[in-house]
Amino acid sequence: MTTTNQVAIEAVGLVKKYGSTTALAGVDLSVPTGTVLGVLGPNGAGKTTAVRILGTLLRPDSGHATVGGYDVVREAGKVRSIIGLTGQYASVDEDMSGRRNLIMIGRLLGYSRPQARAKADELLERFELVDAGDRIAKTYSGGMRRRLDLASSLVGNPSILYLDEPTTGLDPHARNGVWETVRNLVLDGTTVLLTTQYLEEADALADSIVVFDKGAVVANGRPAELKAQAGKQSLDVRPAEPAHLERVAAIVAESTGTRPSVDVVNTLVSVPVSDGSSMPVVVRRLDEAGIAVTELSLRLPSLDEVFLALTGHTAEEKKSDAVLEGASR
Amino acid sequence: MSTATLEPAAHPGYRSRPFAWVQQSLTLAWRNIVRIRQNPEALADVTFQPIIFLALFLFVFGGAIAGGGGWRSYLPTLLPGLLVQTVVFATMGTGVGLNDDFAKGVFDRFRSLPIARVSPLIGAVLGDAVRYSLSIVILMTSGFVLGFRFDNGVGNGFLGMLIVLLFALSMCWIWVWLGLVMKTAQGVQGIAFLVMFPLTFGSNIFVPASTLPGFLQAFTKVSPITYLVDTERALMGGGALQKPLLITLAWMVGLVAVFAPLAIRAYRRRT
Repeated sequence: MTTTNQVAIEAVGLVKKYGSTTALAGVDLSVPTGTVLGVLGPNGAGKTTAVRILGTLLRPDSGHATVGGYDVVREAGKVRSIIGLTGQYASVDEDMSGRRNLIMIGRLLGYSRPQARAKADELLERFELVDAGDRIAKTYSGGMRRRLDLASSLVGNPSILYLDEPTTGLDPHARNGVWETVRNLVLDGTTVLLTTQYLEEADALADSIVVFDKGAVVANGRPAELKAQAGKQSLDVRPAEPAHLERVAAIVAESTGTRPSVDVVNTLVSVPVSDGSSMPVVVRRLDEAGIAVTELSLRLPSLDEVFLALTGHTAEEKKSDAVLEGASR
Repeated sequence: MSTATLEPAAHPGYRSRPFAWVQQSLTLAWRNIVRIRQNPEALADVTFQPIIFLALFLFVFGGAIAGGGGWRSYLPTLLPGLLVQTVVFATMGTGVGLNDDFAKGVFDRFRSLPIARVSPLIGAVLGDAVRYSLSIVILMTSGFVLGFRFDNGVGNGFLGMLIVLLFALSMCWIWVWLGLVMKTAQGVQGIAFLVMFPLTFGSNIFVPASTLPGFLQAFTKVSPITYLVDTERALMGGGALQKPLLITLAWMVGLVAVFAPLAIRAYRRRT
């Protein structure tokens, strides 16, 4: 029954209010079966609220949603039988071993004792937790706990998986492990809804992205489309000598007719351009001036820049210079 | 795009089995027992605490309270009372544990599974019944080692242990309710101590109620603790049983009638 043009998750006009705070202000979503939707947004944008509604943990105040064709309110039981949910904060039982956590869920799902044990062994193996399997989960590292959480959500072989900020707080190695797992699940046909604050993560994993801001969808599309929506390309020049930064900026300004932004920390001069025609001019002028460069590139804007262009503020206010650089000039 | 439904996943949980919730509740009760085994220090409130209280009151205050007879003559009075205090204190752990499960997102996991909605709640209470039983057995065993005997017959003694367990299972609904409506586990614990200390010390557990000042005596006349203690003393040592037993049973029914619906309503609201 799973064909590629089928809709796995469909939400129309989801609204959720907490007192006077509006967590979701009419959200529409559609995720085709077997694809990954990245829900991108800063803290408090409503990502978790949306996941909780689609995961049957919360009722919407208005609007409706179907998951696998089942209504999340009226047919919550059926929805639960096809989903797996991995929360923002790993919801494993810290006072039990990893193995017992998995066995417990297997038993709750109606597996016999041997079946539940076999499933637990299989998942411990798959998530490289065999050695730690009998240790109490409290002693696990952040990455191990996240892997156990992911394993817990897979005990029931869900066809739709929600990952709510699965890599927040993980080191790069652990993060890559989670990414690899997600990619493999998608290869097996699992539909994934992933929320993240990391633009890089949405870019790396998602087939399509929706951008949440203040409870509403402010943009959606493929990663490349979103980047194109932010408009212009960007010309970056990085001089070999930091001392040349000002002269490079002057040359770029003359060649393109636009005042570039100068990032002193990263020794980078960037300027938005409508096409690549000014690039040869910049190259010739730099050559004439005898300035060596380590980088000269024409690129689509980063998702950070897209986010800024779409919402008018940065994804994470204290985040990278890359975002600030775009905002400052 | 088609709107056909997805096949249920390939696990048996989807099929609605008539008594699935029983097995699910038992699995979740098993979870609570496993947690005790893997985390024995969490059991301190039902293991060391009663033993320490027994030793403290028997050997430190016993001589003074019992007068000429010394601690040995205090034991038959103290042990049934301490049994009540221990079990009443153990009930608050149920609320603290539930609150903790909610705070840590464990309940979100349960709720995202295709299981009966009440199973986690029933599992928590059943699991704690094991904890209460353990505390009863530990305290009674310590008492026996020190020379306590069921003077009113072994059958009545065990009936006393059963009644105190049932009382705990009635009273725990207060803490289940508070555990569900309060924000933090510390908050639950704070309220619990605020209620438990006056309730258990302002009673006939340690001293005869007749030695208390008038206002406390008035309180002991309405406190269920007094009647439960009298019931236990009657069953384990002898004495008038009917009145305290009936009042205790009425309290048990009342506690369940008031707090179980409150707890279930709070649970539904949070789930």
